[in-house]
Amino acid sequence: MTRFSMRSLCAVLAPLALAAALPVSAAAQTIAVTNGRVVTNGEAGVITNGTVLIRDGVIAEVGAQVRIPSGARVIDAQGGWITPGLFHPQTELGLVEVSAEAGARDNAASDSPFTASMDVADAFNPAGNHIASARVKGVTRFAVHPAVGSAIIAGRGALADSTGAPDSLFADRQFMLVDLSVSGARTAGGARSAAWAFLRAAIEDARFYPGRFMAHPEGDAISRFDAEAMVDVARGTMPLMMRMDRASDIVRAIQFAERYPALRLIIVGGAEAHLMADEIAAAGIPVILDPMRNLPESFDTLAASNRAAATLHEAGVQLAYTTLGSDLYWNARLLRQHAGIAVAHGARWDDAFRAVTLTPAEIYNVADRFGSLEPGRIADVVVWDGDPLEVMSAPTAVLIDGEVTSLETRQTRLRDRYAVIRREGEHGYAH
Amino acid sequence: MRRLWSAFGAGALALAALAGCNGAGDDETNGAEGESAGELVRFNPDPYPSTYQPVPSGVTLIRGANVYDGIGGFFENADILIENGRISAVGEGLTAPEGAEIVEAQGRYVTPGVVDIHSHLGVYASPSVNAHSDGNEVTAPVTAEVWAEHGVWPQDPGFDTALAAGVTTLHILPGSANLFGGRGVTLRNVPARSVQAMKFPGAPYTLKMACGENPKRVYGSQGRAPGSRMGNMAGYREAWQRAVEYRAAWNRYWDEGDASATPPTRNLELDTLMGVLDGEILIQMHCYRADEMALVLDMAEEFDYHVSVFHHAVEAYKIPDLLAEAGTCAAVWADWGGFKMEAYDSIIENLPITHALGACAMIHSDSDLGIQRLNHEVAKALGDGRRMGLDISDAEAVAWFTSAPARGLGIFEETGSIETGKRADIVIWSAHPFSSYSLADHVYIDGALMYDRADPERRTVRDFMLGQPGQEAR
Repeated sequence: MTRFSMRSLCAVLAPLALAAALPVSAAAQTIAVTNGRVVTNGEAGVITNGTVLIRDGVIAEVGAQVRIPSGARVIDAQGGWITPGLFHPQTELGLVEVSAEAGARDNAASDSPFTASMDVADAFNPAGNHIASARVKGVTRFAVHPAVGSAIIAGRGALADSTGAPDSLFADRQFMLVDLSVSGARTAGGARSAAWAFLRAAIEDARFYPGRFMAHPEGDAISRFDAEAMVDVARGTMPLMMRMDRASDIVRAIQFAERYPALRLIIVGGAEAHLMADEIAAAGIPVILDPMRNLPESFDTLAASNRAAATLHEAGVQLAYTTLGSDLYWNARLLRQHAGIAVAHGARWDDAFRAVTLTPAEIYNVADRFGSLEPGRIADVVVWDGDPLEVMSAPTAVLIDGEVTSLETRQTRLRDRYAVIRREGEHGYAH
Repeated sequence: MRRLWSAFGAGALALAALAGCNGAGDDETNGAEGESAGELVRFNPDPYPSTYQPVPSGVTLIRGANVYDGIGGFFENADILIENGRISAVGEGLTAPEGAEIVEAQGRYVTPGVVDIHSHLGVYASPSVNAHSDGNEVTAPVTAEVWAEHGVWPQDPGFDTALAAGVTTLHILPGSANLFGGRGVTLRNVPARSVQAMKFPGAPYTLKMACGENPKRVYGSQGRAPGSRMGNMAGYREAWQRAVEYRAAWNRYWDEGDASATPPTRNLELDTLMGVLDGEILIQMHCYRADEMALVLDMAEEFDYHVSVFHHAVEAYKIPDLLAEAGTCAAVWADWGGFKMEAYDSIIENLPITHALGACAMIHSDSDLGIQRLNHEVAKALGDGRRMGLDISDAEAVAWFTSAPARGLGIFEETGSIETGKRADIVIWSAHPFSSYSLADHVYIDGALMYDRADPERRTVRDFMLGQPGQEAR
């Protein structure tokens, strides 16, 4: 075994070992994250050199002059950045381990008789390795989206934290996903008109649930069981997440919202949303967009542009970012790189950072707990060694619910195993 | 034996460029003895020659920049003089010749033009409709006879967005469905009506091969070979053995020099494999797992050829010693993985570890989006490499998207670094190229300003995009 020039692997590994050795529950602990540039996403704005005081998993104080109580555990940001944890609004984390292997993915039901009643909470696996990979790159909360299978209505999504703990899915049945893009048109029978007809019929099935089903278990579009699940959408207590890119589809969505004023819509995709920015803002429909997508990848995205994010922010659209152009499981961790692209192409840094923290929390109606560093908020806090939107920066500490989490992943274990040359005849593993 | 491809070697670019102009097949200098040699049957190794012409350019002086030269050097306040499309001088305080265009680049960063060694632009063009799927000849597992350049659509809008990201040279490969996917082609990133007008003059041909899951899945699911990794290896070896015999037959014919003898039957598939055995065509092999790369390196010894670059190579970090010993490079992503089992052990430190442990490594995109930020992809890998303790400078890492891929393609004599005599393929960045916020402000190809972020007129727009909705907003 030959060691090569490294500053010191041990020096890097030691703090990790310490973190791993921490007591599992820090709920009764007081922690001060200090000596960093604090981005609060709140009224306090950015504090050039501040402290976040955490008590019992909740943020107690934030400011430049916070007195650190004796006995508090101190996490020194060493002049880095202290921010809310990233909130990824569109992932398949916990659903996909290896996408090409049917036995290692649970995202899309491509051969199911069910539609709206499907619930990703049934499939979510908090032990999925990519959750930890996202966590060590600063993602503390995420939405779990179903992928589209045999029907355009793909079922209900959930919200989870990235601790990997058995109870990390903290809110199920948070939104309903429907695909109205070019792929939805294919799924529905070959044209957009079929997709919209199916959706309208499903909404009507839900509106007249259960009366319509007294005599027969089938509605116009969906079954009794699925219609029951769709009721919350029809009443507006569960948002309807519409997957679409083309400007004309977005116009139809706005008209649909006018026809069904009770419904709450969210647009995900939105490659051409910037062409309808003012109309979307006026309709108050949130958009989840990937700032990376700038190619005419289909005839739905001919106007896709890296500048879309800046345009939508300027128009006042409630805009969150996603990683659709990378992927939604392995590289959900790249959320901040995608946000950096928006900034490079004209978005204000504050808007871009909110689009990966507070705005997703607002869209999912959980901003009273997540997305900002203000007293009373859940203490999801990330310490970075630099600007979080810079590709060369990384977290040095990730706190979820006020608990310091491990920065070790399956990938760092592989890294450490092969950080030395193994000569012929040597196996990879150390005893 | 370097008869068939003699004028087309990786190390003889200038010669090759000439051969490209004249049409080849007239190189008889090392032909067989005897006056009948000229009548022996020979093949034209370059039947679709490059017609590339640099865009005309004047004299340009880029002044006062922070220059990464692509080969490990960094120079503050450096000037670069461009004349006749080539870099004519690099240094401090250069004098501008009369009439030179002066580009004040104080505080800005300059690198060589970005080189992507793994792209499918043109063969999987945008929009990705069925009609644009031209990158995999998925009708047989051994298709060394197909050429990517015969599938490249020069109007792929992805070329324009890649140019806006500093990409001046790119290597277009067939896909990975086949054991032997066909020849790759190296292109200049210029607008053109034909692929020939994009071909990098004198660049050696390449051959795409693929390991692992893709070939066995594609053909195994059709109930034909290969249906396993065993079948993959058998498929390669069977083809190499045929190539060895084919090459021997032609060499015997040429060595005997009897023009009245019946020549062997020409086989386009084996022509390509013979070119590899002759050292004229560079193997670019898609391979993820360490154990498979180790087997392929043994196979290369068995049939006496060289693997230039393993592509994807997500487990290169497990075998840097084997790669270094074989002189084989690894072209990798920063952080893709998980889409299939053979990509499951991907780590972000793959590139820096492989590099630091002595093998040749570089970034690649394999993506029409990824090609637009190869500098950022390098930055991610570098950042995590440093975090684990590897001591790698920015200047070293710039090589991963410039000189290293240029070497992997056999075109380093021409591009991939900022050195006197090289083609003036240059990017001026808005910020440090490893910053998320950096964009290519100016992109020069052969000294011509092909892209200027500040000037909407100074950018390329493929035919497909004309008249499409929303273009004024892009």
